[in-house]
Amino acid sequence: MRFIPVTCGEQDEMLGSVGAPSIDGLYEDIPAGARLTRPLDLPGAMGEIELAAHIEKLAAANEDGSRVVSFLGGGCYDHYVPAIVDSVVSKPAFFTAYTPYQPEVSQGTLQAIYEYQSMICQLTGMEVSNASMYDGATALAEAALMAARVTKRHRVVVSATVHPEWRETLATYVESGTLDIVEVAAKDGVSDGAAIAAALDDATAALLVASPSFYGTLEDLRSLGEAAHEVGALFVVATDPVLLGVLEPPASYGADIVVGEGQSLGNAMSFGGPGLGVFACRKAHIRQMPGRVVGRTTDVDGRTGFVLTFSTREQHIRREKATSNICSNHSLNALAAGVYLAAMGSDGLAGIGRASVAKAHYLEDALVATGRFERVFGAPFAAEFTLRYRDDVAAMQARLHESGYLAGLDLGRFSADDAGLVLFAVTERHTRAVLDRFVEEVSAL
Amino acid sequence: MYPKELKYDREHEWVRLEGDVATIGISDFAQDQLGEVVYVDLPSVGEAVSTGESFGEVESVKSVSELFSPISGEIVEVNEALEDAPETVNEDCYNAGWMIKVKVEDAAEVEALMDADDYEAYIAEEA
Repeated sequence: MRFIPVTCGEQDEMLGSVGAPSIDGLYEDIPAGARLTRPLDLPGAMGEIELAAHIEKLAAANEDGSRVVSFLGGGCYDHYVPAIVDSVVSKPAFFTAYTPYQPEVSQGTLQAIYEYQSMICQLTGMEVSNASMYDGATALAEAALMAARVTKRHRVVVSATVHPEWRETLATYVESGTLDIVEVAAKDGVSDGAAIAAALDDATAALLVASPSFYGTLEDLRSLGEAAHEVGALFVVATDPVLLGVLEPPASYGADIVVGEGQSLGNAMSFGGPGLGVFACRKAHIRQMPGRVVGRTTDVDGRTGFVLTFSTREQHIRREKATSNICSNHSLNALAAGVYLAAMGSDGLAGIGRASVAKAHYLEDALVATGRFERVFGAPFAAEFTLRYRDDVAAMQARLHESGYLAGLDLGRFSADDAGLVLFAVTERHTRAVLDRFVEEVSAL
Repeated sequence: MYPKELKYDREHEWVRLEGDVATIGISDFAQDQLGEVVYVDLPSVGEAVSTGESFGEVESVKSVSELFSPISGEIVEVNEALEDAPETVNEDCYNAGWMIKVKVEDAAEVEALMDADDYEAYIAEEA
């Protein structure tokens, strides 16, 4: 049969065969309050010229990195995306929703994912990477669940320096009571090592930390990792992969699972999504790893080929035993990350990291020197930093917005304890001239 | 094909009783059906198993199957060699390919399982 359109006759035939009296009868398991009971509120049809003008007008209402200077970060960064990324990603062969289950027709896609995985392993120092997940937040939540499977324990300790929205995502995942979450408050913008050590016990499956943290600070990963391993828990580290060109890879601090938001690797900010969940771990735990993984093999003639491997972990094979209900991946975003890394190379990536970090430190000094901002934390930071604004944050941001600046992220939005704190993110795109002009604007407040 | 001294259950596990310890593995029929075994997930020593309940899984290039315990008792030993050499299950399922050893709670449970002839007839029926 053809699927489009469905005639009334075909609809009745289908309803009859499943034994439902009507469409409403078919959906009766869905609570009435959640069902749409009126036609969709859509405007009438438009001609192409009219439609193009309409869409352009809608698009013009948005501000993007090309029209304002953005110091917003908090998980989504304004790094430069080289032209080669879009050029490769938009090739029709890649630009498809087709799932590469059939290796005989998917070698290109499979190899691209394999190369991405290999580069993520090199960056993080881990042995295996999956094909990617939805975003950093889901990767973190999946890491917690995986740690519970590996250790057969049901308690997870998470530092409050992890992004609040990531912690919310984790809470959503365990709403059904699958895991007990213990949050340990931050101390001076970093994890409170003593409180974390006290919170860890032999029922703890994992310790979850982020470095750089939500505040931009760098954590003392070595001692946190040792504390986790002392009680037999896995050490899960969230990181920003673009900075791994200059930061020590999490593996060298004993990380068992490394997660991250991969948007910073060649992906547009795109209103905050879709993101790219980076997920890598030690090979010993690969059978408990969520998501897809591509492997390199040889065919009957000895030729190299790529396949989805360890598929028995996935729900299309065994729903009740699957490691995750995410058995998809953000292939196009992962491809963009792979192209970006390949184009940059290790020296290029280190350059991006060094420039972002150096410029962040330059701006931090300059903002403090204006007298409008003050330092709150003594911990070292990378390309993002937190300062306290001495006056009303909302008024300051509104005023600077008029001058074409998105002046950081108001941390009071996330927690009353952080009222007055502003998080600034700096990338290689911010030239010294731009930074200096911004500081002048701040001085004039 | 099916050693006479062993007992068998409907999930294609075999049991070898020596004193009060039963060694458990999967039958030649089961390994053949699975194809090349690539991974065996086994429980830990000290864990209790009970009749008809899953004690682990065996993964092949084709599929994954749960391992069901034919009897109840406490695990006294697991075949750790299978971790690095899961293919032993295909090569020698009745000896080197054993999976767990269990201290038997009730020897009558073992007695009640199928003998080689019954098992062979059961497979013929299944096929």
